[in-house]
Amino acid sequence: MDMLTSILQTTVLYATPLILAAMGGLFSERSGVVNIGLEGLMTIGAFTAAISTLATGNPWVGLLAAMLAGILFAIPHAVASITFRADQVVSGVAINFLALGIAVYLVKSMYEGAAQTPAIADTLKRLPIPGLSEIPVIGPALFNAFPTTYIAVLVTILSFFILYRTPFGMRLRAVGEHPRAAETNGVSVIQMRYIAVLVSGALAGIGGAGLSIAIGSEFNQTTVAGQGFIALAALIFGKWHPFGAFGAATFFGFAVSLALIGQLIGLTAYVPSEVLSMLPYILTILALAGFVGRAEAPAAIGKPYETDSR
Amino acid sequence: MQVLSKINKQSTLLSSVISVLLGMLVGAVLMIAAGYNPILAYGALFKSAFLQPYDMGETIRTITPLILTGLAVGLAFRTGLFNIGVEGQFIIGQLTAVIVALKLDLPPVLHVTAAVLAGALGGALWAALPGLLKATRGVHEVITTIMMNFIALYLANVTVRTWLTSGADSTSRIPESASLRWDFLSSMFEGSRIHLGILLALLAAFFMYFLLWRTTLGFELRSVGLNPHASEYAGMSVKRNIVLSMMISGSFAGIAGASEVLGTAGYLSIQGAFTGIGFDGIAVALLGANAPLGILLGATLFGVLTYGGSNMQFAAGVPFEVVRVVFAAIILFVAANISGWIMQKFKKGGKK
Repeated sequence: MDMLTSILQTTVLYATPLILAAMGGLFSERSGVVNIGLEGLMTIGAFTAAISTLATGNPWVGLLAAMLAGILFAIPHAVASITFRADQVVSGVAINFLALGIAVYLVKSMYEGAAQTPAIADTLKRLPIPGLSEIPVIGPALFNAFPTTYIAVLVTILSFFILYRTPFGMRLRAVGEHPRAAETNGVSVIQMRYIAVLVSGALAGIGGAGLSIAIGSEFNQTTVAGQGFIALAALIFGKWHPFGAFGAATFFGFAVSLALIGQLIGLTAYVPSEVLSMLPYILTILALAGFVGRAEAPAAIGKPYETDSR
Repeated sequence: MQVLSKINKQSTLLSSVISVLLGMLVGAVLMIAAGYNPILAYGALFKSAFLQPYDMGETIRTITPLILTGLAVGLAFRTGLFNIGVEGQFIIGQLTAVIVALKLDLPPVLHVTAAVLAGALGGALWAALPGLLKATRGVHEVITTIMMNFIALYLANVTVRTWLTSGADSTSRIPESASLRWDFLSSMFEGSRIHLGILLALLAAFFMYFLLWRTTLGFELRSVGLNPHASEYAGMSVKRNIVLSMMISGSFAGIAGASEVLGTAGYLSIQGAFTGIGFDGIAVALLGANAPLGILLGATLFGVLTYGGSNMQFAAGVPFEVVRVVFAAIILFVAANISGWIMQKFKKGGKK
């Protein structure tokens, strides 16, 4: 295969779960709830997808189960940070702990102490789009992708449409910018934030599923390994906008792919692969510091909301 | 910071105990769900951590870094900062300590002192950047410290692979002169890997108490944590205090890393994932209400669970990860102040 195609293909491969999880984070954070727990939600998605695909032999069931598990695990975060007004960062950190702990614990107790699931035979297969996939160079990379990639693109467009073109989206963003004003206009801040956090769980769950039943074919402790945090970085880098986050996730996917195929293309002769791996994180810090354009976080992010109604 | 005032007001010993019990209950439910006997498992856990001198020594060794990372998180909390970067500062502390241990040739006591100080300095400098960015450009420290964790992980790995070794996965052993092990102490606990790091941890706890509650600087740091605007008005430099607080916090984390590498491991390897000790510090600090004594108790509990948890795996066949779940549940319960809610319900019920 042509070198450029292979770089493109790997980029798409690694960008996909990042895009999905970043869109998840987008909903939650736009409503004013910080979601450091994306990593954990992806982990639980990857785990659930793996075991339910193994059990049913149908990866689509796995994908659906991952989505539901993501929602289920977003509930404690929502309850703690919205209803009990816990510090959202602390609660998110706890979700990461909880998800990885439960996933690895269950894998070990289900498979006699093994640290990974058996190999999954029935993974999601690449789905070529007739005609388009024949285009030289970009065809095999962009139009012969895993179904999760198409889902990611669709979700991005939908997220933009929902957040910026529907009343629901306006309300959700209003809740994240000025909850008091939104409440005055009859929007339930609590309800909006609950919906947003659960959507966040669903999308991050699907993103995680792609790691275990599309790109990979098993679940272990390192299946997610920090990609939830890169997704969070992409969200910030993309300034909490669907297309921005999409672009940033794709760029980070490119950085990951360079780190991975650096050896293949001789890049590691000049730069150690670890330095390439650092890239997304360094860029995020630079972006936050304002060197890559000022980041505009939702105004009410991280602030628990207390209703007037009591 | 929201969590701060909440903790100061309500986290009593009772509410910590309730959170711990609820957390262990979650663990028990999970064990039952997977077909294990929780009473047997918890029994094995607590028995194995105390009964033999060897196990006691190993438990103390497990507690040591948890005290230090707990202090790091707790001190930052007290000054209004959430340092999630303790894990990264811990890694950098390991790295700088091992560099001094391997590259410098010094007489015994001096060598280990220099290596520990290098660890403290490394952690402090690694934490200084998020502090500076927060102080000068208003960048939230939570995100920067998370990013710094990953950078630290890769930086340590690339340094081990390219500079400290030629392509190997772990460095050679540190010389005896840079070691925190002390044969006398080790033999008291039947040859366990307990080391002098525990003294460093206790000293650090005392230092935190003394600094925060017995010095003017400490008063300023706490004051900035409680109300930055009022402190600014009173003529304190909020910016300076933010950077300083992050650096002190980072130095605790760095000492934790140094003590682990100089006392427990004796060499540094390439790591595929985080050690988790820095993140455990968050749980320890929350449970200990960000006070030195509370952190000592919190670290003891988490150390017992961690060491006992690995033995529980042998004794009752229960995977160690259930302990991580218990930690997570405890953090959630403390953060959401579930115990306060329960106690309130009880009071209301009583009045009726």
